[in-house]
Amino acid sequence: MAQGIWIVAEQREGELRKISYELVSEGRRLADQLSQPLTAILLGSKVKEKAKELGKYGADKVIVADDERLATYTTDAYVTVIAQLAQAHEPVIILLGASVQGKDLSGRLAARLGVGVAQECVSFSLENGNLVAKRPIYAGKAYATVTFKDSVPQMATARPNVFELNEPNESRSTEVVDAEFSLDDSQLKTKVVEFQQEAGSKVDLTEAERIVSGGRGMKGPENYNILEELADLIAATVGASRSAVDAGWRPHSDQVGQTGKVVSPNLYIACGISGAIQHLAGMSTSKVIVAINKDPEAPIFQKADYGVIGDLFDVIPALTEEIRKII
Amino acid sequence: MNCIVCLKQVPDTETQIKIAQDGMSVVTDNVKWVMNPYEEYAVEEALRLKEKLGGEVTVIGVGPKRVTESIRTALAMGADKGILVDDPSTIGSDSLGIAKILAAVIKDLSFDIILCGKQGVDDDYGVVGSGLAELLGIPQISVVVKLEVSEDGSTIKAHKEVEGGTLIIESPLPALVTAQKGLNEPRYASLPGIMKAKKKPLDIKTVADLGLDATQVGESGSKIKIVQLTPPEERKAGQIVEGETPQEKAANLAKLLHEEAKII
Repeated sequence: MAQGIWIVAEQREGELRKISYELVSEGRRLADQLSQPLTAILLGSKVKEKAKELGKYGADKVIVADDERLATYTTDAYVTVIAQLAQAHEPVIILLGASVQGKDLSGRLAARLGVGVAQECVSFSLENGNLVAKRPIYAGKAYATVTFKDSVPQMATARPNVFELNEPNESRSTEVVDAEFSLDDSQLKTKVVEFQQEAGSKVDLTEAERIVSGGRGMKGPENYNILEELADLIAATVGASRSAVDAGWRPHSDQVGQTGKVVSPNLYIACGISGAIQHLAGMSTSKVIVAINKDPEAPIFQKADYGVIGDLFDVIPALTEEIRKII
Repeated sequence: MNCIVCLKQVPDTETQIKIAQDGMSVVTDNVKWVMNPYEEYAVEEALRLKEKLGGEVTVIGVGPKRVTESIRTALAMGADKGILVDDPSTIGSDSLGIAKILAAVIKDLSFDIILCGKQGVDDDYGVVGSGLAELLGIPQISVVVKLEVSEDGSTIKAHKEVEGGTLIIESPLPALVTAQKGLNEPRYASLPGIMKAKKKPLDIKTVADLGLDATQVGESGSKIKIVQLTPPEERKAGQIVEGETPQEKAANLAKLLHEEAKII
């Protein structure tokens, strides 16, 4: 009989990503409610020593698939290995990250296993032992609560930055085992030839704790330096509205909103953004929202915890100076 | 190079979403239906491949009759033919159900590459593409912002957007690619294009035509069940930060963020 909760950890270049700990933390809470063991699945090359880290956050067991061909994520290799493991061990629930990797992996894995997958979930609960997932639709203009039918395992991805981390427990004991799998080179069709890192070491918008975002009010790409300066000071990532992206001022990877990224940082500072509905959908789960805008009627003020009515070209440099004094 | 584009019709992104009385669906009266924005990039990319390498572009949709408008839009942009699976039994399909329907249409077609948008901007699942690739047994590359096809048309090199950078991935063809914003700048349909589109073939198929069992699709075949839709938590407008000058306002804001919100 199917049993146990799994989370699929995520690593890049051998380092565990934060979402892995968020998954273990949430998986632990569900496992406790079901009185079932929590297993973390870790794929990579020479990553076994990282398994203990997952244990500290609550994994009872870590199954490690260590293989050079798993060093970097590819759909083919990861789906093949995890599908084999899932078929052999039959977990009832598999949680993955709603990262680019997790979304790619979960979609194909669910199809291979013939089960449903709930994407980008922001909360989980259990009803009669079954997973109930809440997820945004229309980029957050509404939320859908969903359950699963004829799905063993029940699969879901967790949105980064939403689930609370457990306190790591250094003395927790964790069983680390090697995965049994077979991977044939003929199954590996795609090949990663290069990873181009974005300039600077900034955190991606979807994972950022703080975001400083600029819209049409920025008036041109050359003015984003005032946002960069503030962002550097408070370790934030710079984002943009759709109109700023469509005007070619910022790359599309910076776009927050319905056709961009949906974000939930602790602090979102919207500068010169009026607050079109498709933008608000993408950032309204931020914990604290600050809006700086000349137009007192701008819809963004309806969502903001703190609104500053004023010219951003005066307010932002002044804010940067004031924060510099405090920290 | 024969390309297939799978497209969905969705409410325009400016739409206010209202939850219906049943608490399980969205009110669609007065909704402006448009081609899913990510599919516009997929159509454009397919047209560019056709212009460079020849071949045909086939556009496939699943849904009620109104979806023909979005397929016609793609035809007006330059696609060659359209197929719509219009069958009441498809209503309520989840992503895997839609992937099964698309796979059943595609199994009879010859193709080198399938393009989909990275996700529908309505349900935000983003798994039809990978489900379809799995059912067809072909490789997938998702969230692509740049696509190059080798001269002999046998492989592709795709730039995939990931957190903090770009992965460059090679794949043999046939393969499935999902389009991300930034892949290209979709063209508008020209007036002659719109006129021509009216004469282009658009086949309407039913689930039975595809040899599918109606219980595999639609609500009965769905692995995910919506129990309830809820509006987002209302955010109350907060306070307007006081101050005579921008400097004063900035100082007060910094203080509030530090002392009240304790976030800085």
